[in-house]
Amino acid sequence: MSPETPAGNVWPIWEVFVRSSRGLSHVHAGSLHAPDAAMALRNARDLYTRRNEGVSIWVVPADAIASSDPDAKGAFFESPQGKDYRHATYYTKSEGVKHL
Amino acid sequence: MSTSPATTEETGGHGDISVGVTTAGTSGDATASATRITPGNALRPEDIALAVSRGTAKPTEDVAEFALRLGDDALILAQRLGHWISRAPELEEDIALGNIALDQLGHARSFLSYAGGLNGKSEDDLAYFRSEDEFRSVELFEQPNGDFAVTIARQFVVSYYQFELYSRLTHSTDATLAGIAAKAVKEVDYHRDHSAQWVLRLALGTDESRRKMIHGFKVIWPYVDELFADDELTARLAAAGAAVEPSSLRADFDRLTGEVLAEAELEVPQVPAALGGGRRGKHSEHLGYMLAEMQVLARQHPGASW
Amino acid sequence: MATQTLQSVPAELTPEQLEEAARHEAEGQAYFDRVMAEDSRIEPRDWMPAAYRKTLIRQISQHAHSEIIGMQPEANWISRAPSLKRKAILMAKVQDEAGHGLYLYSAAETLGQPRDQMMQDLMDGKAKYSSIFNYPARTWADMGAIGWMVDGAAIANQVPLCRASFGPYGRAMVRVCKEESFHQRQGFEILLELSHGTPEQKQMAQEAVNRWYAPALMMFGPPDDDSPNSKQSMAWNIKRFSNDELRNRFVGMMMEQVKVLDLTLPDKDIRFNEETKKWEHGPLDWDEFHEVLKGRGPCNAQRLERRREAHENGTWVREAAAAYARKQAEKESAA
Repeated sequence: MSPETPAGNVWPIWEVFVRSSRGLSHVHAGSLHAPDAAMALRNARDLYTRRNEGVSIWVVPADAIASSDPDAKGAFFESPQGKDYRHATYYTKSEGVKHL
Repeated sequence: MSTSPATTEETGGHGDISVGVTTAGTSGDATASATRITPGNALRPEDIALAVSRGTAKPTEDVAEFALRLGDDALILAQRLGHWISRAPELEEDIALGNIALDQLGHARSFLSYAGGLNGKSEDDLAYFRSEDEFRSVELFEQPNGDFAVTIARQFVVSYYQFELYSRLTHSTDATLAGIAAKAVKEVDYHRDHSAQWVLRLALGTDESRRKMIHGFKVIWPYVDELFADDELTARLAAAGAAVEPSSLRADFDRLTGEVLAEAELEVPQVPAALGGGRRGKHSEHLGYMLAEMQVLARQHPGASW
Repeated sequence: MATQTLQSVPAELTPEQLEEAARHEAEGQAYFDRVMAEDSRIEPRDWMPAAYRKTLIRQISQHAHSEIIGMQPEANWISRAPSLKRKAILMAKVQDEAGHGLYLYSAAETLGQPRDQMMQDLMDGKAKYSSIFNYPARTWADMGAIGWMVDGAAIANQVPLCRASFGPYGRAMVRVCKEESFHQRQGFEILLELSHGTPEQKQMAQEAVNRWYAPALMMFGPPDDDSPNSKQSMAWNIKRFSNDELRNRFVGMMMEQVKVLDLTLPDKDIRFNEETKKWEHGPLDWDEFHEVLKGRGPCNAQRLERRREAHENGTWVREAAAAYARKQAEKESAA
């Protein structure tokens, strides 16, 4: 996929995600400018893996990322608060029982 | 792991300025893993120098001369590419060209360290204390950077040539040459990709860039034939299985570069080939200036350590 | 994420809208104040005071410009590095500085300031960068002095910035600090090698240390009583230590390290004050500092011209890549 068509000589922004070793998730490493996806990947390789930081790279046009509304923090993230029963630590009576 | 201890420790003796990134909202485990840095594990020029000094690797006279050729090619190219750092068309490209220059310099150091093993010379003895006619690089490598298109044209030819050469050298009967080539071929593979990407963009981008790309190839192409010229040394090395005849690389070079040029809607420039002579120490006018600059400080302080 | 729209107030508002906007501001300010009080982090899309945003854009872009302009004095020696090992190290270091500039521009871009605008301001002479890079790198020993003293001062400044209240800035600094761990050491080792070399080499090292000492100390900024913005930056948890605090601590570190180098610092007034438990140094020429900042340093014009030249020579390349991307996208959508 490609971002908004670059105009003139200004390249769009890409977000870079790097997998540091096999078995781990890709993690946001930073951003960079590139004319298209092919060059964004190469620029990411050159910029963000100069010191063996990764074995795999994703690049995503910055424009393509939808993010949660910071003003709606309360409504968005309140629900899980206080639901202790979702966590193993809530169940104290079974403490000490083996393999549980 | 938290980023804070690593940061303070790794800044070299400033541990007393506390970082203490512990609060919410800062980088946690996840970011730490995306910035985890390691030196990696590969054959380094220092390993070659050590093997040579211990006597566990010693080139024959022919292999030493051959290593000198490849080392000089890579050194002169690194010297040219290094000039781009801080001058590239965009910051991202400063980094890309810097990486390529560093790869080439690494190859140069490995080849020169090995070549020096013949008579106890170091990579620096060879780089800094030989004169122009003792350098064995072919003329392509000393061609000036020109504009970005000229540099890309030179890079395109060099990396497709080096890829074919190093691929074959991984099977060399000389274990050290094979080892250096095994490391180098992967890096040069990326250089091929880098230059091909740019050939496509410059050739098919704007009218101006297309004109410049065509001009770049026209400037560079006279020096292509010299890359593939055989001589007595390569004949002996090929017979011994230590290397290959350069002419044997030409068909694959033509085919693979031809594919990219066709995609870029470019023709191979019809220009007369330069006579060349770099392998015998006969260089263009450019090398003298390059060496004057490269060697000036080292020669002001002969015998000094840096 | 890297871009976001700036908060702006439309010209014509109904009383209800005005009230709503005021409530939004008040809630935002309260949230921001709580984040500051908890020493937590502000992220790009959070509400933030306009002055906080402006201060950050200024500081982060200046920091980025310093990295980019700072490439030049060292790039000046890549072609002449006296050994191949040193050449590789120097290339990697100057290349890192381009990377650090990139990380920092990215952080500033999250505040809504496009990189090409920042670059334009730099080339137009509207933006500042660390004035130390307007001094020339005259000899090879300057590569040592810049690494040891200039990068040393930069690191002392940057380590606390890893905790800056603005998330993207702090994260960029974490990456920069990790990568710079070798920059200061390689500089120190260049000087160490020179000071234990021939008499000419040792003299070269001492002269470089003499030249870079005062400019390095001035990198921490004007004295505290002459630094109007410092107080606000500390209240906003951007700055963690005052200019003088950092400078004095740095002098103490250098005093120890210079002994290992078997060189001296060109300042007879350096001493450890037993009462305040702080290092003190001799007077610095702040008039010169301000002159250089205003553009009258030995290399100001040269540095900016070189940046402009690279940018202008690259225009057709950037245009070509953008045009190619457009054509490819059109082809894809047609297919």
